[in-house]
Amino acid sequence: MPMQFSAQEIIETIRMVQMDKLDIRTITMGISLRDCAHSDIAVAAAKAYDKICRKAGDLVRVGDEIEHEYGVPIINKRISVTPVALVAEASDSHDYVVFAQALDRAAKEVGVNFLGGYSALVHKGMTGGDRALLASIPQALSSTERVCASVNIGTTRAGINMDAVALMGRIVCDTARLTSDRDGLGCAKLVVFCNAVDDNPFMAGAFHGIGEPECVINVGVSGPGVVLAAIEQEPNADFGQLASVIKRTAFKVTRMGELAGRAASAKLGVPFGIVDLSLAPTPAQGDSVGRILEAMGLERVGTHGSTAALALLNDAVKKGGAMASSYVGGLSGAFIPVSEDIAMIEAASLGALSFDKLEAMTCVCSVGLDMIAVPGDTSPETIAAIIADEAAIGMINRKTTAVRIIPAPGKTVGEMVEFGGLLGRAPVMALHPYSSKVFIGRGGRIPAPLQALNN
Amino acid sequence: MSHGSSRVIVTVIGQDKVGIIANVSAVLAEAGANIIDISQTTLREFFAMIMMVDLENATQPFDEIKRRLKAKGDEMGLRIDAQHEDVFKFMHRI
Repeated sequence: MPMQFSAQEIIETIRMVQMDKLDIRTITMGISLRDCAHSDIAVAAAKAYDKICRKAGDLVRVGDEIEHEYGVPIINKRISVTPVALVAEASDSHDYVVFAQALDRAAKEVGVNFLGGYSALVHKGMTGGDRALLASIPQALSSTERVCASVNIGTTRAGINMDAVALMGRIVCDTARLTSDRDGLGCAKLVVFCNAVDDNPFMAGAFHGIGEPECVINVGVSGPGVVLAAIEQEPNADFGQLASVIKRTAFKVTRMGELAGRAASAKLGVPFGIVDLSLAPTPAQGDSVGRILEAMGLERVGTHGSTAALALLNDAVKKGGAMASSYVGGLSGAFIPVSEDIAMIEAASLGALSFDKLEAMTCVCSVGLDMIAVPGDTSPETIAAIIADEAAIGMINRKTTAVRIIPAPGKTVGEMVEFGGLLGRAPVMALHPYSSKVFIGRGGRIPAPLQALNN
Repeated sequence: MSHGSSRVIVTVIGQDKVGIIANVSAVLAEAGANIIDISQTTLREFFAMIMMVDLENATQPFDEIKRRLKAKGDEMGLRIDAQHEDVFKFMHRI
């Protein structure tokens, strides 16, 4: 039988993996913990621990097996669980830290590096359980290693819960203070969302949404390096051709995610959820979304034209990826975290990339203000106002936006914050010096926007 | 292999030299793996040989064959990989 593939096709795949860092960024198992509720929080935590260990016991082994068989690296195996506020609320206790610690132990036991879902959905208001969970976030994140927290404070349909926004400003600052010995690392594991999605496989914002099945496999692909290499081969392409190049590349990258997801689903006997078509950078050279924008012809990411370049990239990634997978979901687009992207780190250090430009770019990127270090003395009200601005962008534009911001303890503008590993390093960026305190102090909700008269 | 097909793609990348095909074929023959097709090309400045191999009647598990190929590659200063054909099917065929 003749070979079904041309040598060029085979070499292209090999090159993508070996030279351009194509990888499956994460296989994330979503696990419902709704049946773990109990009036005694310790019993609920123990039930959650047992269930995670039972469901995800083979996750890492299967991930490694797939990596081996297909020769495509699978960087992370992770777990998302039902927003813990929904589960812990049935208990008499108001101290949920013990639940977070049980999740941390479970993550270590099954060998995943992050577990998401220490979360609450409070876009329209808070229950007692939501309040207890939010209050416990700083302690939970400082006393665990692998647990990630997220809070949804707004949606396009409900508006923005500004009481929760004000509270999150304080929680972000408290979390930074409790992890000040690690440059405020706790804040790298805390995401504040508007329009959070139920099936996001990426950390730190992953949780297993309430419409999800008992257990599910979601896959997050990556491949900024592959897109960069493809663009570099077309230095004279106009924008239409550029979009086509990105679409073709995104299609191929996403097919790998589809393959890995189907294989993991079959091997684990767990339904396949979605492929998240995201370009997720890492701090490694050649794995940068910022470099893609620069390859389009910008001297540095953050200069004028960056928003347009990112809009083209984000849309082309979605168009190409959508054709490649039966089920697309999650966040799907290009991430622009500062500390996890070498070009963004450089541009921010040089002053080429400002906080305000980042905010503008989040109007067209897949998520939002991500992994940005700001001065340690930033007030809770200013953090809350940043969250409110970002949530407003999401609410009005019917997209997911998020804030993952680190008020770096004891550090000022220009100093570096070091998180290490995939979380990278970031220069402390300048914020506006004027106060938003009175605005944030008003409280209440910003009403849901009109769904017509769009201008 | 746990999949429908038992075919894998073996790729050999590195400097061209005498005995590449003979050495790689010997490892595969020893494992009872049947070579279906061979082609070669250049990848930038490197030589690349591509084999489609059927493991249906292989006497060794895929992991072991992969390990032996890699060891042979290390010995010869070449990079030898083996991947299930689905990788290429998924990426290049709709």
